[in-house]
Amino acid sequence: MSKAALDRLVEHLRDGVISTHAHRGDETAVIDRSLIRSACLWLRDTEGLEFNMLSDLTAVDYYTMGREPRFEVVYHLHSLTLKQRLRVKVGVPEEDPVVDTVCDIWQVANWCEREVWDLYGIRFKDHPDMRRILMYEEFDGHPLRKDYPKDKRQPLYRRPQHEIDEALAGRPGSGHRPGFGPRNLLES
Amino acid sequence: MYGSDRLRSVSAPELDEGMPTEEMVLNVGPSHPATHGTVHIKLWLDGEQVTGAQVNVGYLHRGFEKECEAHTYGENFPYTDRLNYVSPMLNNVGYALAVEKLLGVEAPERAQYIRMIVGELARLCDHLTYSAAQVAEMGAFTPFFYAIKARDFLWDILEEISGARLTHSYVRIGGVAADMPDGWVERTLATLVQVETVIKEIDTLMTRNRIFMDRMQNVAVFSKEEAISHGWTGPCLRGSGVDYDVRKDYPYLFYDRLDFEVPIGTAGDNMDRYLVRMEEMRQSISMIKQCFDQIPEGDYQLHDPRITIPPKQQSYNTIEGLINHFKIVVDGIEVPAGEAYTYIEGGNGELGFYIVSDGTGRPLKCRCRPPCFMLMTALEKLLVGHMIADLVPTFDTLNMIGGECDR
Amino acid sequence: MGLEATTGRLADAVAWARKYSLFTYPFATACCAMEYMSLMGPRYDVARYGAEFPRFSPRQADMLLVVGTITERQAPVLKRIYDQICEPKWVVSFGVCASSGGFYQNYTTLPGIDHVIPVDVYIPGCPPRPEQVLDALVMLQDKIQRHDGYSQRMIELEKREAQMKKKKKHGSSTETSA
Ligand code: SF4
Repeated sequence: MSKAALDRLVEHLRDGVISTHAHRGDETAVIDRSLIRSACLWLRDTEGLEFNMLSDLTAVDYYTMGREPRFEVVYHLHSLTLKQRLRVKVGVPEEDPVVDTVCDIWQVANWCEREVWDLYGIRFKDHPDMRRILMYEEFDGHPLRKDYPKDKRQPLYRRPQHEIDEALAGRPGSGHRPGFGPRNLLES
Repeated sequence: MYGSDRLRSVSAPELDEGMPTEEMVLNVGPSHPATHGTVHIKLWLDGEQVTGAQVNVGYLHRGFEKECEAHTYGENFPYTDRLNYVSPMLNNVGYALAVEKLLGVEAPERAQYIRMIVGELARLCDHLTYSAAQVAEMGAFTPFFYAIKARDFLWDILEEISGARLTHSYVRIGGVAADMPDGWVERTLATLVQVETVIKEIDTLMTRNRIFMDRMQNVAVFSKEEAISHGWTGPCLRGSGVDYDVRKDYPYLFYDRLDFEVPIGTAGDNMDRYLVRMEEMRQSISMIKQCFDQIPEGDYQLHDPRITIPPKQQSYNTIEGLINHFKIVVDGIEVPAGEAYTYIEGGNGELGFYIVSDGTGRPLKCRCRPPCFMLMTALEKLLVGHMIADLVPTFDTLNMIGGECDR
Repeated sequence: MGLEATTGRLADAVAWARKYSLFTYPFATACCAMEYMSLMGPRYDVARYGAEFPRFSPRQADMLLVVGTITERQAPVLKRIYDQICEPKWVVSFGVCASSGGFYQNYTTLPGIDHVIPVDVYIPGCPPRPEQVLDALVMLQDKIQRHDGYSQRMIELEKREAQMKKKKKHGSSTETSA
């Protein structure tokens, strides 16, 4: 990570930077949500910074810690030319979970933002294709939010009841377990 | 002259010239022989030429992050095994380094060397499996058998050190699970000789093979700039001619003490991505040998009651040991609150772990930066303009691993 | 009596032929597929049991080998593949993920493929060793020889039911005429 880059970002954004830290040597800046696009463009195109690669884009849910704002979107930037890294974060409140997209700045952000939308329910404004990516369209809710129960399944397909009844009644399928083990009873 | 050069120069539009075509939509997958793992590719075709593509991933989303949040730091190793299941050791190492960074500790020197050795062995497995799948899916079955044979040799020695053939869970926070067994070094060296022979065999069978070359060269060329913008790392990025290898540029463990070269491609086509991997295998073998020369005597694990469980002797015979063991297993290692991102060179590129801790024994967030997810973002672009038969080799060179891509 | 004995022996002969020429459709999704590759490889060589050739079209296969984790999203896909295989067919669940969900008990994984399709043989292990898979294959062969596979029994049952219906119809018609 790079101290110099962080200093320059603070100098450039001034009041736009909400806080900074360098825990375990990872320079991090939390910036204002509305500035993320312009800050990213500036970080990519300024000489001496040249963050030409978006290493990772993800989100964190601080629901259990009761922190405000509830979500944080995390950008890990990497400069291949200058070999430096920087972490930029923006806070996102629960009531209005929208952030500007950066997918025209780094193409990889396209899928990463779709993933964040899918798993955390944070929308990205002006994203060209805001569909779910890992879960299926029929899925209701956002599984990585802390208030989504870990084992709440939303089945797309289950065997019809008559097949299971047949199996239980000792007809042809009785040789196999039809999905009525004690664990499954506990679940339902 | 085999005459194939002439064929090669006839491009897809020329072949179709004068033929009436209409757009056709073709679904490849989710279960398709050419897609090892489940991925759905929707193609728009004009004759045999691909005019548009849409890639749908996520069929193997297994909730890695949710599971990690529900388990203690130590319990998460088996889940990391199953991310990139072709090179589980590398995932173990990456995850252990991330937790150690958060804790602010470092494993003993010997443990770090062992980690490097098993990591490079895992990289060998990964690239061997890649070449097996690559050639088998292009129709050549013999090299597949060779590569699988060599991989079984490697699995034998990995089994000997870790106890499992594939899902090792061998690395621990603060070290590794056990020291190298007696005679393991000699057996590993002997195995490496065998593996080297196999690599040579695959090389002679495939690399200069006319059909193979024709299907790989100048297919799916990806430029430097685009590769960077798409977040590519690892062999694919190096195939496009960017000199970036985490082991060289941000040395972790003791990679700065080893002498190795980073192969770089020039054209950025399928062939380069294949050649880079072939060369990396040879480099890995030499790295393992150097590690064996340098490895010091010493402990293979930290002895810190807050981090590692006490030796079995103690936990069975003393009450303090028992309580200590119990605390670590049930409550987990208490990691101070904070966040850390570590990255290592995985089989497919920069394998990152971003962990946020809230001060308890379970992570608040444990994110894996999946290198092949980033590679897959470019597949749509790579396919357009090529023939449909180019789908298979192109998809293979990206080496998509379902467990890592969809987590 | 004599006819029954002959047909019985014929069916046995057919089952014997079937058990040594299983055509596999590997529905390979996850880590277990690595072990499946080893199984195909030179050391464990599943060809010795006559099940070596993977058919990548369900229409040409008669054994569905479900290798790896099946997620909720894949469940309809799996069902569709199963339906496409011609009868008689057998299903082997390879690894704990396919058998019960394994250590993935969360919102996205299926708690065992038997919630979707009937299974003949379960193989435990994460991943199972190739020896285990070969053992399971032998067990499946026994099952085939005993005419005990799910779809075999289903076919048998349907045949019997059809016969009974025919008999009943016949019987009732004679009654009314009398
Ligand atoms: S049983 Fe284990 S090895 Fe097999 S797919 Fe499941 S997690 Fe992977």
